[in-house]
Amino acid sequence: MTMQPILTQHVREPNSFTLDFYLRHQGYEGLKKALALPPNDIIEMVKQSGLRGRGGAGFPTGMKWQFVLKDTPKPKYIACNADESEPGTFKDHVLMERNPHLLIEGCAIACYAIGAKVAYIYIRGEFYHVQLALERALDEAYAAGWLGKNIQGSGFDCDVYVHRGAGAYEAGEETALLESLEGKRAQPRIKPPFPAVAGLYGCPTAVNNVETLCNVPLIVKNGAEWFTALGPEKNGGPKLYCISGHVARPGVYETSMSTTMKDLVFGADFAQGMANGRRLKAVIPGGSSVPILLPDQLDVPASFDGIQKAGSLLGSAGAIVMDDTTCMVWLAENLLHFYQHESCGKCTPCREGTDWLLKILRRIERGEGEMRDLDLLQSVADNINGKTLCAFGDAAATPVLTTLKHFRHEFEAHVREGGCPLHAGWRRRGTAAAAH
Amino acid sequence: MSFHPKMPYGTGWHRSERKLAELGPEFAYTPENQARFDAIVKRYPPEHRRSAILPALHLVQAQQGYITGHAMTFVAGQIGCTPADVEDVVSYYTMFFTQPVGTYVLYVCRTLSCALCGAERLTEALEEKLGIRAGQTDATGTFTLLEVECLGACDRAPVVMVNDEWHECARPEDAAALVDALRERGTAALTGCHLCVERRNGQ
Ligand SMILES: Cc1cc2nc3c(=O)[nH]c(=O)nc-3n(C[C@H](O)[C@H](O)[C@H](O)COP(=O)(O)O)c2cc1C
Ligand code: FES
Repeated sequence: MTMQPILTQHVREPNSFTLDFYLRHQGYEGLKKALALPPNDIIEMVKQSGLRGRGGAGFPTGMKWQFVLKDTPKPKYIACNADESEPGTFKDHVLMERNPHLLIEGCAIACYAIGAKVAYIYIRGEFYHVQLALERALDEAYAAGWLGKNIQGSGFDCDVYVHRGAGAYEAGEETALLESLEGKRAQPRIKPPFPAVAGLYGCPTAVNNVETLCNVPLIVKNGAEWFTALGPEKNGGPKLYCISGHVARPGVYETSMSTTMKDLVFGADFAQGMANGRRLKAVIPGGSSVPILLPDQLDVPASFDGIQKAGSLLGSAGAIVMDDTTCMVWLAENLLHFYQHESCGKCTPCREGTDWLLKILRRIERGEGEMRDLDLLQSVADNINGKTLCAFGDAAATPVLTTLKHFRHEFEAHVREGGCPLHAGWRRRGTAAAAH
Repeated sequence: MSFHPKMPYGTGWHRSERKLAELGPEFAYTPENQARFDAIVKRYPPEHRRSAILPALHLVQAQQGYITGHAMTFVAGQIGCTPADVEDVVSYYTMFFTQPVGTYVLYVCRTLSCALCGAERLTEALEEKLGIRAGQTDATGTFTLLEVECLGACDRAPVVMVNDEWHECARPEDAAALVDALRERGTAALTGCHLCVERRNGQ
């Protein structure tokens, strides 16, 4: 099943990022409409639409906004999560680069809805070129009166600023993001209190992903029913999927959440199957932090609920596809390198555990492992899972637990044969790997 | 050993251990950067100037290439916090350098999607061409080679960031030519981000 792209309809057209282009395609109509309504109606509308957060957890956005403390003398804030650091995820990148005004409009409507006057877009440090694109669009929006004081004569003031990170995956976790915005290390806070009650500077704050906020102007413009009708129940609206790895046509694809995972990987409109005529071995459907799906588990809707039913999570909708040349012990090692490197160091199980997991995986991959290391891996992973302040710990344990579950025989083969039986040509040459 | 600018794991350093940065030469912003900082700090409530630490440090690094002890003290003065507060931030974020780096810093993405498409081979080829290992700077101070984690452009794997710019679909067999082209033409040799078509065409 396919759907005409909405969020990314024009992104391939020249100058799609300019205000001029945006206004010619009904840009800022949503904001205009919103400013004529009471803020609560906007929250109601977003609730009705069933919009679920696109950052990873799929939490209903309308509810998140409703939780934002109302009766308080403190200012409120929108923090837009543009950290996009989940391995395999590159969708917000496209939206910000090619359709930045949609995000700006979404930020302004979100501010209006929860009663904030300032939105900070927290962008990862490596996206300097994206920051320039956003700031250029912000300048245009200010100059044309779509941001700033008394927007379009409505009496509503709103400022949107870009805040650049400096290289930290953990800054994508919502409370760590707020810490980083406050000029500190990106380390998570204890919840509760949730950001809706005590967020940025201790003030009520809604943290929303870029793609989430980009859906808001569409909902306001076209109505909640239009939005729900675009997808299966509780999984409405357009959705961006990032497909990478061993596929013929990697990229960002926008479609409805009734599209199956199988279609996304093999469909002619999507990634067009495996590159080089190889066989599919496994898919990690939602960024590196979620369990693996096997080839026979893909015939399910790629929705929050569909993927969960299949035994994994939609997460950030970054599907990483592996062909049959991929060694699963190597894969676990590659991902644990990521988690070990990115662990913020606040919680002991995660800081120490990821380092041990990586050490053991390296040992097995090099052929120096023992059978009991498999149980050790399981035990260390179990001791991280669910035992940390934020979901990073679960994310870090997952690659180990899921590869052990589905590919235990590969771990055993490494131990038995004293090395990697599947050293693909695209990997580091053997000797260098040992020295590394 | 895995590369981490602040913490050479495996050599006894631990994440929570601190290594004070060299004081280096005296530091102050150029007038242009001072003006930029003064504009940026206004984005945050006056009682939360600390929020401007990251932008302040980006300006330092753009001006001086890396962040010295004196620069941290300078930033602390601008923000109104202690140098320890600044150092705490510098030592956490991987994009901040506390030692000089090459004219071109090559950040090769090593995470899964890029690795599946040959990033490990690419790093090897670059190491061979430059005569250094990942994590090092070459003798002429022209190139620093780093392995980094997912850059958020996995459909164009393998991805290399060079300073602040993008180079996509970098095949291992083109690594040597890329180094030569950078020497000759600077960052004009890079593909740039495929999404920035117009700006690369000079708009
Ligand atoms: C370790 C970790 C990293 C995360 N990284 C990101 C990220 O890069 N981008 C993002 O939008 N959400 C990320 N999240 C999810 C956020 O914590 C948060 O749920 C999200 O920004 C909420 O926005 P949404 O409701 O619009 O999805 C991350 C979560 C964790 C635990
Ligand atoms: S894995 Fe290299 S850019 Fe994402």
